Amino acid sequence: MSEHRFAVNVLPKPGILDPQGRAVEGSLGHLGVEGVSRVRVGRRVELSVEAGSEVEARATVERLARELFSNPLIEAFEIERIDVLVEAGR
Amino acid sequence: MSARIGVVVFPGSNCDRDTLRGLELAGAEAVPLWHEQGSLDGVAAVVLPGGFAYGDYLRAGVIARFSPVMKAVSAFAGAGGLVLGICNGFQVLAEAGLVPGALLRNRGLRFLGRDVRISAERLDTPFTSLVGDGRPLRMPIAHGEGCYFADEATLGELEREGRILFRYVDASGRRAGEAGDPANPNGSLQAIAGVLNARGNVAGLMPHPERAADRLLGSDDGLPILRSLVEAASRAARQGLDSAAERAPVAVGA
Repeated sequence: MSEHRFAVNVLPKPGILDPQGRAVEGSLGHLGVEGVSRVRVGRRVELSVEAGSEVEARATVERLARELFSNPLIEAFEIERIDVLVEAGR
Repeated sequence: MSARIGVVVFPGSNCDRDTLRGLELAGAEAVPLWHEQGSLDGVAAVVLPGGFAYGDYLRAGVIARFSPVMKAVSAFAGAGGLVLGICNGFQVLAEAGLVPGALLRNRGLRFLGRDVRISAERLDTPFTSLVGDGRPLRMPIAHGEGCYFADEATLGELEREGRILFRYVDASGRRAGEAGDPANPNGSLQAIAGVLNARGNVAGLMPHPERAADRLLGSDDGLPILRSLVEAASRAARQGLDSAAERAPVAVGA
């Protein structure tokens, strides 16, 4: 068994109202920033999974991403490997 | 015989007492159901109350969805049992897929606590049979994520099948617009304040009928909703679970 670390990035799907993204866009004028558009605000979840292989670990992360971290009606997710493998039993 | 109705208590529920009290005013024997219990103690209907179950972490309702009591609620709903989700309870039902759609952050971003008006689009459901004539009902909302969303296909289906249960309206009863209309507090698509599942035995709504269940609270417009549920639950208790869905909605021509 080894530990695998992932990040899950969750964002509102295209076309879904994103009031937080709009609010951020609305604030840009106050910062004197121009030329920024299509701001989307989401969330990022980082987690470590103990599993026999990266493939197995990724399957667990995918299930969690689909069922818990995102709502498939309104959000899309991407899974990212963020750490090298840490061997168990050090 | 007064119906026994269970009110689920999640960590972070804050309307459970009001809901128990409202159901009692409506004639029920109301009992709390703890979120860690896997059985519903034989109640004739279940209400998921408002609040911030599990702190609303991640997304409102999602962590509550995986609690032991929700497995029992899903099985109960699947067998035709009557389930009403109010505010956070509606969010839990939507996350659990027991009613269609999702509740997004309010379009204006703010948490809103104020009175709104809604009108029942259907007067022949277990949740609205005693509401009367469809006149505007005044009751409070208290939510940050109440903007109803569903894709166009789902919205069309809801409309065709008569499953939009409540809409936000203005004081004269006119249906609210979507964006920028103060009568639609959160920007809900098609001014939807409450929906039914396909079978007609599960409903969710954002406003709080239990906070408008006594004149002392400024309005008792919510009481007929609770009374409808109590009456339907009494009937279900008499006739057995399967008939609880006997008033399942029929298509009502687009």
